[in-house]
Amino acid sequence: MDKSDESKNPVNRRGFLAGAAAGVAGLAAKPPALMAQQAALKPEAAHAPAEVTSNQRPGADFMVDVFKSLGIEYIAANPGSSFRGLQESFINYGGNKSPEWLTCCHEESSVAMAHGYAKIEGKPMMIMAHGTVGLQHASMAVYNAYCDRVPVYIVLGNILDVNYRRGNAEWVHSVQDAAAMVRDYTKWDDAPVSLTHFAESAVRAYTIAMTPPTEPVVLVADGTLQEEPITEKNLRIPKLVMSAPPQGDSGAVAEAAKMLVAAENPVIVAGRVARTSQGMDLLVELAETLGARVLDQKMRMNFPTAHPLAGHPGAGLGNLSAYDVILGLEVQDFWSMTHKMTGLNKFGMESQPTTKPGAKVVTISAIELNHKSNYQDFYRYLEADLAITGDPESTLPELIEACKKLITPDRRSAIQERSAKIAEANRRDHERDREMAALAWDASPISTARLSAELWAQIKNEDWSLVSNDRFISSWPTRMWNFSKHYQYIGAQGGAGIGYQAPASVGAALANRKHGRLSVSIQCDGDLNYAPGVLWTASHHGIPMLSVMHNNRSYHEERMFLTMLAAKYDRDPGTSDIGTALNGPNIDYASIAKGYGQYAEGPISNPQELGPALKRALERVKKGEPALLDVVTQPR
Amino acid sequence: MNKFAFLFLLCGAAALAQTNPGDPANGKRLFEGKNCYQCHGHVGQGGGAGARLAQTKLPQVAFIVFVRNPSSGSMPPFRAKVLSDQDLADIYAYIKTFPEPRPAKDIPLLNE
Repeated sequence: MDKSDESKNPVNRRGFLAGAAAGVAGLAAKPPALMAQQAALKPEAAHAPAEVTSNQRPGADFMVDVFKSLGIEYIAANPGSSFRGLQESFINYGGNKSPEWLTCCHEESSVAMAHGYAKIEGKPMMIMAHGTVGLQHASMAVYNAYCDRVPVYIVLGNILDVNYRRGNAEWVHSVQDAAAMVRDYTKWDDAPVSLTHFAESAVRAYTIAMTPPTEPVVLVADGTLQEEPITEKNLRIPKLVMSAPPQGDSGAVAEAAKMLVAAENPVIVAGRVARTSQGMDLLVELAETLGARVLDQKMRMNFPTAHPLAGHPGAGLGNLSAYDVILGLEVQDFWSMTHKMTGLNKFGMESQPTTKPGAKVVTISAIELNHKSNYQDFYRYLEADLAITGDPESTLPELIEACKKLITPDRRSAIQERSAKIAEANRRDHERDREMAALAWDASPISTARLSAELWAQIKNEDWSLVSNDRFISSWPTRMWNFSKHYQYIGAQGGAGIGYQAPASVGAALANRKHGRLSVSIQCDGDLNYAPGVLWTASHHGIPMLSVMHNNRSYHEERMFLTMLAAKYDRDPGTSDIGTALNGPNIDYASIAKGYGQYAEGPISNPQELGPALKRALERVKKGEPALLDVVTQPR
Repeated sequence: MNKFAFLFLLCGAAALAQTNPGDPANGKRLFEGKNCYQCHGHVGQGGGAGARLAQTKLPQVAFIVFVRNPSSGSMPPFRAKVLSDQDLADIYAYIKTFPEPRPAKDIPLLNE
């Protein structure tokens, strides 16, 4: 090699030797893997300035088109940077209409609002959250919706590609598998990697959520897909095809009809039966066809409370000993309804059936199609005589027709006689309820019966909807009021997760708003304290509803448990306020509500003051505002 | 509890009832302080969690026997270490002071 060659080749002999020496030294200092990496590295390209502006449409615009095609009305969200692209597109590209953005102060509120909304509207609301911290906040509400078999459309922001994570927040808000946290209590999820994939999964998610058993679903909206310009060609949105609900096997339905028609005293236990108002009508038709009492677990508005065949909503649900055929329709914890267990916390619990010897149990339920293993919401195994997998509402028409075909004149006569007896028993139950309601009529704190009667007097001539459940107030509304429409009751949490009621009532009231219904909620104090910011959401978005506080100043269920346990162990039952009472100081809910922009009054302890206060508050609600009355109440 | 024990308790309580009419003021303190009201309501109206006590037809003896051996599933037995027979006599005396409620037929809101 001559000098001219050396000048052409930068790795000349001296350079090679020098490099080799350095290499040997380097070899001594660096591990082989690092050496291999260095060899593979290419010279760095000149540092190019980052492109910070673009006039191209971002992927989020297409995502908005997809969501609009699903007819989703609202998105409930607490803002988060991992879905900022979608938020911007929803507002500036989508016009913040269909869906409209709802500002929430907590992700648990977002999901519970969607939970309440779906129970009234019969379709899912979208919620958005960070795939990490947002979903962590939301998770209990997701679990409630799952246990309650309610569709919620959950979209999570996440940045999967490290190249797009700018700094600390975007690293700690990123996750490999965002839906993993809630996979045990959602029905389906996906994390699409292209817009084509996104559109298909978004449509699929909607269909899956809405096919009984309806449940929450999760779709991850990758941050890169949201914010990068659309480059995919021939993007299209798949047609939404709703699956027909699963119906019970015809042979099994015919067998059930035989058992029911032949029964001397059949009963229907209704869990999550009526998905729609048609479901209510069908249940009425079945009950009247059979002359069967309906015991309603009140997880949905299943059966009119004033119907002569309606079982008493307070007591008696657990007593099935009088019946020879028991039909359970999507019943929750059916085993506990048909068995008696020993008291609280006795080791080696014993149980025995409470049904009549020889009584037959028939079940129709779709939940067998979506059982998961980890969370125990499937309850104890019930040894039914006939178990039919299928959506009860969809199976009822065939069951009704099968029963009608089997009814002979003799059976018809027996059915009429039985129906008359049940109606008479119901009349006596209602009379007894009136006497019970009178017992603490003038008491202070105000009795839950008085509260319910005063509220009923104010709303009974309106098109009303009770957007709370009544379990914690001795079931007075369903004992006293005339519930006859599907939207008049929304049931409870599903997973018994407290903190559900306040946001669920706001979501349900939002669904009622466009129908012009008057939404009222009897709001438990402990529940409101989890995330009271939802009161502001109601004010901000002009969601009219009246919240009447059932303020017993405690987490009362737990307080009773502690009292019972202390007595059981011969210890002082008077200590149960510790850790359960919400007093010292008393919480001023009227001031809280005013702070969140609502009309509010209270605390009201004098029963004479309640009626006029309700009237004043309802005047504000009828003008389109949310309002709250703080009523200090008896414990239950 | 066997039959003999039940009768023994009944007789003991009956003897106490004959000698001690109970102190309603102390009964009120116990009814509230030992949390009877939590299930039965502040005026004994009962509800979803506990039986009605107001205007009870139970004689004191039977009341005490019941508290010691409740038949309902959720109420635990309150034994003498927690509430003595004297305490229960006082609570009974307090329950008996709950005023007679207005008849439901005289309350307009319950007749609509």
